[in-house]
Amino acid sequence: MSIQPDNRFVDPEPWSDETDISAPERSDMDAPGWLLTWRKFSRHKLALISGIFLLTCYLILPIAGFIAPYTPNERSADYLYAPPQSINLWHEGSFVGPYVYPITAKADLEQFRWTYTTDTSTPALLEYFCKGEEYRLFGLIPSDTHLFCAPEGATVFLWGSDRLGRDVFSRILYGAQLSLTVGLIGITVSFLLGITFGALAGYFGGKTDWIVNRVIEILRSLPELPLWLALSAAVPSNWGPVAVFFIISIILGILDWPGLARAVRSKFLSLREEEFVKAAEMMGAKPGRVIRRHLLPNFMSHLIASATLSIPAMILGETALSFLGLGLRAPAVSWGVMLNDAQNLASIEIYWWTAIPMLPIIVVVLAFNFLGDGLRASLDPYKS
Amino acid sequence: MTTLLEVEALTIGFGKADPVVHDVSFSVEQGQTMALVGESGSGKTLTCRSVLRILPEAAQVRNGSVTFFGEKGPINLIEASEKRLRGIRGDRISMIFQEPMRSLSPLHRLGDQVSEVLHLHRNMGRSEAKRLVLEQFEKVGFVDPERSWRSYPFEMSGGMRQRAMIAMAMVAKPELLIADEPTTALDVTTQAQVLGLINRLQKETGMAVILVTHDLGVVANMAEHVVVMNKGRVMEAGRAADVLSAPAHGYTAKLFAAAPLIPEVAKPARALPHDDLILDLTNVTKTFTMRAGGWRKPVEVIACRDVNLKLQRGKTLAVVGESGSGKTTCARVALGSEKPDPGGEVLFRSEPDVPPVRVHNMTPGQRRKFQREAQMVFQDPYSSLSPRMRVISAMTEPMEIHQIGSKAERRDKAAEMLRWVGLDPDMLRRYPHAFSGGQRQRLSIARALTLDPKLLICDEPTSALDVSVQDQILTLLEDIRERAGLSYLFISHDLAVVARIADEVAVMRAGVIVEQAPPDTLFYNPQHPYTKALIAAQPEPDISRPIDLELVSKGAGAPTTWPEMFRFNGGEAPALRELEPGHMVRCHA
Repeated sequence: MSIQPDNRFVDPEPWSDETDISAPERSDMDAPGWLLTWRKFSRHKLALISGIFLLTCYLILPIAGFIAPYTPNERSADYLYAPPQSINLWHEGSFVGPYVYPITAKADLEQFRWTYTTDTSTPALLEYFCKGEEYRLFGLIPSDTHLFCAPEGATVFLWGSDRLGRDVFSRILYGAQLSLTVGLIGITVSFLLGITFGALAGYFGGKTDWIVNRVIEILRSLPELPLWLALSAAVPSNWGPVAVFFIISIILGILDWPGLARAVRSKFLSLREEEFVKAAEMMGAKPGRVIRRHLLPNFMSHLIASATLSIPAMILGETALSFLGLGLRAPAVSWGVMLNDAQNLASIEIYWWTAIPMLPIIVVVLAFNFLGDGLRASLDPYKS
Repeated sequence: MTTLLEVEALTIGFGKADPVVHDVSFSVEQGQTMALVGESGSGKTLTCRSVLRILPEAAQVRNGSVTFFGEKGPINLIEASEKRLRGIRGDRISMIFQEPMRSLSPLHRLGDQVSEVLHLHRNMGRSEAKRLVLEQFEKVGFVDPERSWRSYPFEMSGGMRQRAMIAMAMVAKPELLIADEPTTALDVTTQAQVLGLINRLQKETGMAVILVTHDLGVVANMAEHVVVMNKGRVMEAGRAADVLSAPAHGYTAKLFAAAPLIPEVAKPARALPHDDLILDLTNVTKTFTMRAGGWRKPVEVIACRDVNLKLQRGKTLAVVGESGSGKTTCARVALGSEKPDPGGEVLFRSEPDVPPVRVHNMTPGQRRKFQREAQMVFQDPYSSLSPRMRVISAMTEPMEIHQIGSKAERRDKAAEMLRWVGLDPDMLRRYPHAFSGGQRQRLSIARALTLDPKLLICDEPTSALDVSVQDQILTLLEDIRERAGLSYLFISHDLAVVARIADEVAVMRAGVIVEQAPPDTLFYNPQHPYTKALIAAQPEPDISRPIDLELVSKGAGAPTTWPEMFRFNGGEAPALRELEPGHMVRCHA
């Protein structure tokens, strides 16, 4: 375009005032909130991958027994502290399929440790859908079929074996069942308490707000670790592993809710000022209705994100407790319990694979953090 | 005259989408004021920001050039190095932003913030810089520059902060000042004064100004050259006198038609009868007690004092005033969400022949009925609808709360109300965030109507909307009033908007009503200096009627500075006297 000599320019293109006042201005936004959130979330590749990874992890939990070649407390007395074995495909230049080399243990009486020799001449092909020790699928159905296991006379310790000759890999799978669910149960408890108290404080304000806030402050001022220790020490030692597990996760939840309650409260306070909330109140909606229909749906996504970010803290909490020997106890298997075995510096130095349970902890905690970050970034789909 | 800034074929876009600024060209002459006019989404802000290259991160300049012919020779601002650009920003080209509340750092004293420009660009000593800044403070109209130097932004009103921003932008004596909606967030009398200030400073220093605005009235008062933008394209450009006197493009003409005007009135209106009142506020005073913290005595703030408002059935009563004048408190008291101080009373009579109910002393049954019969339309269309609810749930919710009708009946009613406000019932399935501000405002009006109210309280329903949309919404409100037999209590800060829709206007200032009359009477014979200032400050899109700054400054000051007859101080306001039938003014006899 150019400005005419008389210094006046008029756009030559035809222009009409006809606008359809019912047409959505932004048809890309014409979708329910969750769809908009998903669209935004799926652009965060790291978060998406983390989400898929975590989903897979949780889906595997009920069938962990099927995938693991051994059961958690199955001992191979001849293979104490066996080093990790690799699965190979090629033997002497020709393809034979997945196999392991059998190993044999020998007691080194000079250094008082086990040494293993690998027999590389006879590859032992892995077997599939083979019979092994009995476990329960989904915790209910008894079964003894394993996805894969070593043939007669050989072992398959992918990540080595521990002090009692138990397969570390299988134990990590079983340990995940407790370690990953402790977070979920804990977060449910923390959610219920946090939403209830946060909503009460945020919506009613005044005295209620004051009391809830003081309780939160008191709870937050307690030193966390000693409190955990005290609470879990109070769990009778004759209780079964499952009961202890529940108590531990509830303890973690009870200590976690103040943070969530604060988030809920501040979100409530800011949402209360929104005009749609005032409009509903002015129409005569009761507090319960306002909270359920207007406030909760609008900050549910924030809650989910903050929950995602606090699950890792729960997992780490359980690990820390069990590591110190105050959380879950054998025969229950969790990552923390496994790391308890790796407390001894000398044994880590010689049998480094006993510290392998740290790997899944790191990976899972990172994945939760990435996922939570992605969720938080895509929470407000209405601003583009 | 020589060209100072040349923008050529500028195209800006986000991501892979179509450009939002498309092929925009204009030039600014030295010492000239150029106005960039457009509604929201027209690309005017992006265009002016591209001059200083302070675009949002995702924006890409796809084409075109911006050349600045400053003292140091021409420079292409789009391609210049970041270092070179830093030398220009704030020194040769400076900018004023829209939001004075947010554009100053709350942690630094004004003097330090303003003199920073001089430290950066002039390498100046402290005392020398201070002398210059104080001089500049005096120029922008600070009464006590030394005090302003020491004060923090939060100690000042919006208008004062905007003056400080102007001082900051001007202190380095730039060749070009970009003002991005500098007065949109200000009250109309403050706006007039700030515009006058920019005008005066420009005459004194001979700098050029790019004024970004949506208000043709502001353009008429300020600019010599106009560029009208719509949807990222230039619609019309030319000398302000030509464009404003004879708009050649359809869009400009439409903007013109929509601009609210204070009409020329030939004779005063007759007094409005007050024999069938739907809402009656008597002696309403509202005091808020603020905790002063710790050990001190709580402070009492009087939001509104001695307010008497009578709303005749089927009419519109408008309350006009600047922010902090107490108009919103009045509306909240009228709706029953605030309780007036003892002695005040609000009566609501839903039918002419039923006894009135006292809004602040209702039985639960009366309250439910009142909540149905009195509805509110809010200011911000973006926050008045829950983003998580479909239009259908938002529209049927009031009926659900009051348990009216079956599900199908509610749905039908919602569809009918959408048709009333000019929307397609197909919208019911959609979500509100797909719609524009004007559409959402229609939706919230429709929602208020679903309960068949008798009284609608409109709290600045158009002040967040574009001019052309504001015009449509006002027309809609007028139509609906006739059709549904509604009465309106209309809160606004804009006398021109009120002029159009109201049957009676109450002008509020400092918590009291200073003048009350039908709009025609008010415009024919304004008595109170504040009313006169409000009328005078209204920018009109007519070059021959510039803002009379003297009149504005006479009335816009504190009540203690008014002429003897109207003056009052704190609690000692003169009484509201009836000058002629239906025309009340607060003055001494």
